[in-house]
Amino acid sequence: MTSNALTPGIVAGRLPADQLSDNFSDLHPPLDDHEALVAADRCYFCHDAPCATACPTDIDIPLFIRQIATGTPEAAAKTILSQNILGGMCARVCPTETLCEQVCVRETAEGKPVTIGNLQRYATDTLMAAGVHPFKRAAETGKKIAVVGAGPAGLSCAHRLAMKGHDVIVYDARPKAGGLNEYGIASYKSVGGFAAKEVDWLLQIGGITVENGQSLGNGLSLDKLKADHDAVFLAIGLPGVNALNVEGEGKDGVLDAVDFISDLRQASDVASVEIGRDVVVIGGGMTAVDAAVQAKLLGALNVSLVYRRGRDRMNASVFEQDLAASKGVRIITNASPKEVIGNGAVREIEFEYTDDDLSPTGQTFRLAADQVFKAIGQTLGGSELPDLERGKIAVTGAGRTSIEGVWAGGDCAAGGEDLTVTAVAEGRDAAEDIHATLMA
Amino acid sequence: MANLASDFIGIKSPNPFWLASAPPTDKEYNVRRAFEAGWGGVVWKTLGSEGPPVVNVNGPRYGAIWGADRRLLGLNNIELITDRSLEVNLREIKSVKRDYPDRALIISLMVPCDEDSWSDILKRIEDTGADGVELNFGCPHGMAERGMGAAVGQVPEYIEMVTRWVKKHSRMPCIVKLTPNITDVRKPAEAALRGGADAVSLINTINSITSVDLDDFAPEPTIDGKGTHGGYCGPAVKPIALNMVAEIARNPETANLPMSGIGGVTTWRDAAEFMALGAGNVQVCTAAMTYGFKVVQEMISGLSDYMDRKGFTSTSELVGRAVPNVTDWQYLNLNYVTKAKIDEDACIKCGRCYAACEDTSHQAIDMSEDRVFSVKDEECVACNLCVNVCPIEGCITMERVAPGQLDQRTGKVVPEEYGNWLEHPNNPGNTCAAE
Ligand SMILES: Cc1cc2nc3c(=O)[nH]c(=O)nc-3n(C[C@H](O)[C@H](O)[C@H](O)COP(=O)(O)OP(=O)(O)OC[C@H]3O[C@@H](n4cnc5c(N)ncnc54)[C@H](O)[C@@H]3O)c2cc1C
Ligand SMILES: Cc1cc2nc3c(=O)[nH]c(=O)nc-3n(C[C@H](O)[C@H](O)[C@H](O)COP(=O)(O)O)c2cc1C
Ligand code: SF4
Ligand code: SF4
Ligand code: SF4
Repeated sequence: MTSNALTPGIVAGRLPADQLSDNFSDLHPPLDDHEALVAADRCYFCHDAPCATACPTDIDIPLFIRQIATGTPEAAAKTILSQNILGGMCARVCPTETLCEQVCVRETAEGKPVTIGNLQRYATDTLMAAGVHPFKRAAETGKKIAVVGAGPAGLSCAHRLAMKGHDVIVYDARPKAGGLNEYGIASYKSVGGFAAKEVDWLLQIGGITVENGQSLGNGLSLDKLKADHDAVFLAIGLPGVNALNVEGEGKDGVLDAVDFISDLRQASDVASVEIGRDVVVIGGGMTAVDAAVQAKLLGALNVSLVYRRGRDRMNASVFEQDLAASKGVRIITNASPKEVIGNGAVREIEFEYTDDDLSPTGQTFRLAADQVFKAIGQTLGGSELPDLERGKIAVTGAGRTSIEGVWAGGDCAAGGEDLTVTAVAEGRDAAEDIHATLMA
Repeated sequence: MANLASDFIGIKSPNPFWLASAPPTDKEYNVRRAFEAGWGGVVWKTLGSEGPPVVNVNGPRYGAIWGADRRLLGLNNIELITDRSLEVNLREIKSVKRDYPDRALIISLMVPCDEDSWSDILKRIEDTGADGVELNFGCPHGMAERGMGAAVGQVPEYIEMVTRWVKKHSRMPCIVKLTPNITDVRKPAEAALRGGADAVSLINTINSITSVDLDDFAPEPTIDGKGTHGGYCGPAVKPIALNMVAEIARNPETANLPMSGIGGVTTWRDAAEFMALGAGNVQVCTAAMTYGFKVVQEMISGLSDYMDRKGFTSTSELVGRAVPNVTDWQYLNLNYVTKAKIDEDACIKCGRCYAACEDTSHQAIDMSEDRVFSVKDEECVACNLCVNVCPIEGCITMERVAPGQLDQRTGKVVPEEYGNWLEHPNNPGNTCAAE
């Protein structure tokens, strides 16, 4: 290995292998049995618990924590999974600091919530390690349902439908199932190939066929799907990305953050992933933070995250902002990109300071950059979709779209936050509605 | 720093903290270290008769109950009396007492239930320099089957008889150690007094099985697939011990009988509570076995600070101070009315008070849409359950409804005067009020 942090340009192997593997290990290491008991003991078993209300999938949190406390983590896992079949992934990726743990009464009382996410992981890991799939299919109904997109929304919907006795075919454009669990979530949140293992575990229910390399609008048509199935659930996420629309955007070294992250997730060895010395990430959400942090973990010397408004407007939670800062990411706010400068490849990028309502100030500055990641939002795009509402599929009730027999959920559907757990909830609820409709 | 010097039935020690007869006091090495650490006295591990000593099991002899973070809450043991030879023990006792003349050293004894056995052993210990004897009538396992320990302690007549023998054959102060495995602890205490005991000490351990292995279906601790009941001690037994001490203290017959309080003493506060209920000093076993001898330092500083705060110059000012306030249920003032009150600022909205009161008590707590919890005075019977389940100390308090005020629940004005069950109109035994 000849490169290091100072090597100019975009190169692989800036850090020694052992440091890389350290950097990409679990963000929150799993609890051991004793730690889990101690963490569980802090739960007050609240009445009508605020944490459960805050969970988009309505997991009975006090109950599952009590089941851990009494030494029955498998029962706890069942409590979790019956509401949220991807409880294992959610335990790793949920921004708990803005969901369940934010409203935990012990957060209120002493600023230290019960570590619900870690406990959820402890329970689900225990069950999955035992190789148990605790759900069984109901008698076959003879109904056939198409699910488009094998991300959290699609998988959750498919599992619930299969459990109800329906046959489900899941179509996905990508070569692997899992959606952003597989291609998007930061590496240090889902180590050891967990996303793929979870999909395999989920499919143990039976009755679900996954067909990869099948793209709606590119071979698959919604009309045909409708004709061949009793119902269709659309869960295609947000496959497009927003452009910066500034001069020089096409120069080499300017990439979509989601592509960088996806390449990183799919790399068989992080040491082979190339990264710039001076990296600039544009955006203020989870994707921007993940890209910036992982650039730093790969050994980039300088990583700046530039957001056009103030810190309080960033979509990334305070926990994530702090995580970025703790890894050495410099966060610059109130600055919009003006121009990407360089001869063929990016060399610098110019920003203009903007105040919170985005009015330009005329004051500019430049940052050295040999790599720029764009993380300013994903879009739906595509044709042949039901009616849209502000760029996403319009839905009413449990994901009903403007087309009869077609439901939608997850990131591609309007309403709800763009989170894994929300996608799971919407997939599950649509499945219940589809089931009720088909069996009526 | 308050003077903690203690005089218990004429036995002097620099503080009232003694180590109870148990493994911490089973040999010279331990006892010397205990004295160095600051313990005021020890009751040497129980000695048996001359001859081959008893043998202990060679598998686990302790079982335990823990809190979630492995805090030891209760300990159970199936250990017997000392399994070392009488000669060695006596030699060691003599040598330790010689080097620590200011510390109390009591010898615990358990020998077969005949006069000769007792007169023999008392002769053997005479020249050790020990300050007194404690008669172990409490050991609940192993020795009882041989007609000793609890087998004596459960029969008041035997206690009286043996105590009488001891007083006849020895001039040493005599403490009778009581077993809690009886229905009324006053009876053995009275028997000890009749036999001439100078004091009683209590409690010894409580018959117990700590847990059951649900795969092997055997009680813990398990030895080769079997288990037996052991003796329970440690923090979990303190409330039981406190009550027994109080029962003896307020029994007119035994009111002046000195007591050494034992059972779950872990902190200075536990010790002070035993003393307030009438114990002249305390003995400690499990706390030392859990944390080592150093715990006595906290007991010393804590009790001393407390006494300074209270202006007590001697532990005798504390002893028995709470006894007059221990009474029978029938004398409690039924005209003392309180209501729970929730401090909304302190409340963290967990809803435990609501669940407890709504599901299991008097439906006296209201929960609003936005989780504001408040007490309905017209339903609250002042049971204290909400106070006990609330995780925030001081968040729910019991507030007195002043005499002359309306009790919303009964619709009656709270009387000024004291009124108990004996005078209550609902009491069938109360003839005057029934007219
Ligand atoms: C970088 C990044 C990090 C994130 N980190 C977190 C996090 O830490 N915590 C969190 O809660 N959320 C996080 N999110 C958001 C979260 O990943 C999404 O909200 C969630 O994955 C949405 O699930 P989904 O099933 O709706 O869509 P997706 O997960 O996007 O899955 C959609 C699936 O549909 C397939 N598909 C797309 N178009 C077609 C088509 N035309 N035909 C067939 N198949 C198609 C895709 O291949 C994909 O498999 C992150 C998002 C990103 C981008
Ligand atoms: C392992 C063990 C052995 C004991 N052996 C004796 C004994 O030989 N003689 C005796 O009088 N009490 C014995 N006891 C009882 C203790 O002296 C004491 O009464 C009891 O443990 C309660 O006090 P604690 O809660 O501080 O432990 C023993 C206790 C334990 C734990
Ligand atoms: S809010 Fe916190 S303490 Fe209450 S049930 Fe939920 S995790 Fe437990
Ligand atoms: S405490 Fe000491 S003697 Fe007892 S089992 Fe452990 S190591 Fe052995
Ligand atoms: S138990 Fe205490 S903290 Fe919890 S809701 Fe009731 S008053 Fe508030």
